[in-house]
Amino acid sequence: MHKEVIIIGAGPAGLTAASQLLKIGVEVMLIDRNDLVGGQLTKQTHMFFGSEKQHASKRGIDILTMLDEKLKQYPNKLTVFTQTTVVGLYNDKVVTCIKDDRYFKLSADAIIIATGASEKSLPFENNDLPGVYAAGAVQTLMNVYGVKPGHKVLMVGSGNIGLIVSYQLMQAGVHVVGLVEAADHISGYLVHASKIKRLGVDLWMNTSVKKAIGVDSVEAVEIWQLDDQWQGIPGTEKQLEVDTICIAVGLAPLTELLQQIGAEVVYIRELGGNVPRVNKHYETSINNVFACGDVTGIEEASSAMIAGEITGIETALKLGYHVPNHTAKLTQLHCDLDTLRQGPHGSKIRQGIAKLGVQL
Amino acid sequence: MIEKTGVPTRTQILKEFPDLIVLKKPKAIIECYKDIPCNPCDTSCPFDAIHVPQDINQRPQINFDKCTGCGVCVYHCPGLAITVRQIKADKAILKIPYEFVPLPQKDAIVKVLDRSGKHLTDGLIKQVRINESQDKTAIITIEIEAKHIIEAMTIEVPYGS
Amino acid sequence: MRIRQHPILMFTEKQKIQFYYNGKQVYGYDGDTIASALHALGIKNLSHSIHLKRARGFYCAIGNCASCNMEVNGEPNVRTCITPLKKDMDVKQQVGKGRPYDA
Repeated sequence: MHKEVIIIGAGPAGLTAASQLLKIGVEVMLIDRNDLVGGQLTKQTHMFFGSEKQHASKRGIDILTMLDEKLKQYPNKLTVFTQTTVVGLYNDKVVTCIKDDRYFKLSADAIIIATGASEKSLPFENNDLPGVYAAGAVQTLMNVYGVKPGHKVLMVGSGNIGLIVSYQLMQAGVHVVGLVEAADHISGYLVHASKIKRLGVDLWMNTSVKKAIGVDSVEAVEIWQLDDQWQGIPGTEKQLEVDTICIAVGLAPLTELLQQIGAEVVYIRELGGNVPRVNKHYETSINNVFACGDVTGIEEASSAMIAGEITGIETALKLGYHVPNHTAKLTQLHCDLDTLRQGPHGSKIRQGIAKLGVQL
Repeated sequence: MIEKTGVPTRTQILKEFPDLIVLKKPKAIIECYKDIPCNPCDTSCPFDAIHVPQDINQRPQINFDKCTGCGVCVYHCPGLAITVRQIKADKAILKIPYEFVPLPQKDAIVKVLDRSGKHLTDGLIKQVRINESQDKTAIITIEIEAKHIIEAMTIEVPYGS
Repeated sequence: MRIRQHPILMFTEKQKIQFYYNGKQVYGYDGDTIASALHALGIKNLSHSIHLKRARGFYCAIGNCASCNMEVNGEPNVRTCITPLKKDMDVKQQVGKGRPYDA
């Protein structure tokens, strides 16, 4: 099967890219390995930040419904493959997939890689015990499937994911015994931290996990304080009775497919690790292969949605489509992205983009 | 320090409050202590009382003369950082955003917590409001002793039960 | 372990789905993945590591990390966190690489 554009990954970036392309009149195939489209939006029960343009004050799950409805307006131009894993990507824009034990080949004029990111792990003794889960994974378990991960949870990491998932655990009726952060300050939005602190969740800075305790699953956790070299201080150990340890220590871009086709990938710590070297049109070093969303650098979903829109328009232009007022539209979108990246929380992404050396 | 604990200092808190005499009428107290890109408080206010500068990363400013304490910003704030406060004789009336179940019942006596989660006092639930436009964030009105007007922040939630 | 009441989400009672876990008849619900159904039953130990045979559970929920791989209908290494539960599925805790590769 051949389509004009194949988008790999139907999260916030992939969906908005698709929506822009469809509006312009380009045929799109969306592929996702999950059984639901939406990526992280499927479980984001909290209200978004930003301005009205980024649907601020709306919950992620409701933003997904809106995006979904936009896509439904183009039944003849859009094909969606869920539960489909892309296993191969080739330079001649051939994509090989597996769905329901069937292996098949697709091809396109342009490909957009919007594979997102995966949650990092943290090294400590027994970190492989069942009960040690990525925080975002626990969010999925609760908010998509309605299942609690356990009864008592220690959260590791004070970024927005750690703070938000702590709150959402409480909303699901799970006891959060505390949150540890290796750094000396809270790294996410303070409003999120205050929200759980005022409900009795303690946030321990300069603290990390020494080990998980348990035979076949987590029964307790030992935490300890860290010195200014981030080393554990013997004698400061404290044991907490928990059955779940949530790891929220950051994300790493999922660039495997890009590396498979030999797209240039650079390591930029501030962007989360290996990221494709894209130009200002979000095109990778391979002609007609674009990338957007967390795969190009870890940010909030609101930024991913704008980057997706830009990439959708840029891809259409590259394929020779006429896009009315595209210069003005792109300028506005870039300006919106810049705004989201201002302020103290945007400093990391600003530094990362500076290292990449393009105007994203 | 709020960057380490999630709890603002008393000085930080007092900066967000008007003179207590102004609280004879209900007013929104915005506790957004750090720059983040966000402005629904501004765009949702029906009385044009809240202003976020052109750069939406800057913190909101409230005009207490214009604020009526209607509470619309309370459920629009994604950070749940806004409460409405009023002093009525020897009582303080607090309106808070609330996203837990079960909702407290009107006339119930509940534990009122301060910003660090400590039990500050007991309060009386005067009203529980939840409608379509609030998008699942309930507004709970609690009556407490007036002396707790500044310290009171929320009520105990039924998590872990 | 199922959430009965939630302030933001509605979890309505869905159709029960019967399946097998290590030969025992158990139930999940329509819309579950294999991993979510097992978690709801309190089953966290999904497989064992290849060399040291240590207990392995759910981790990423996006089909990326392979920690939740199980044997499903005789097929090893099925990513249970993204595989929808189906009626009469035969789900087994996996040992190492799974049969026939590992005992």
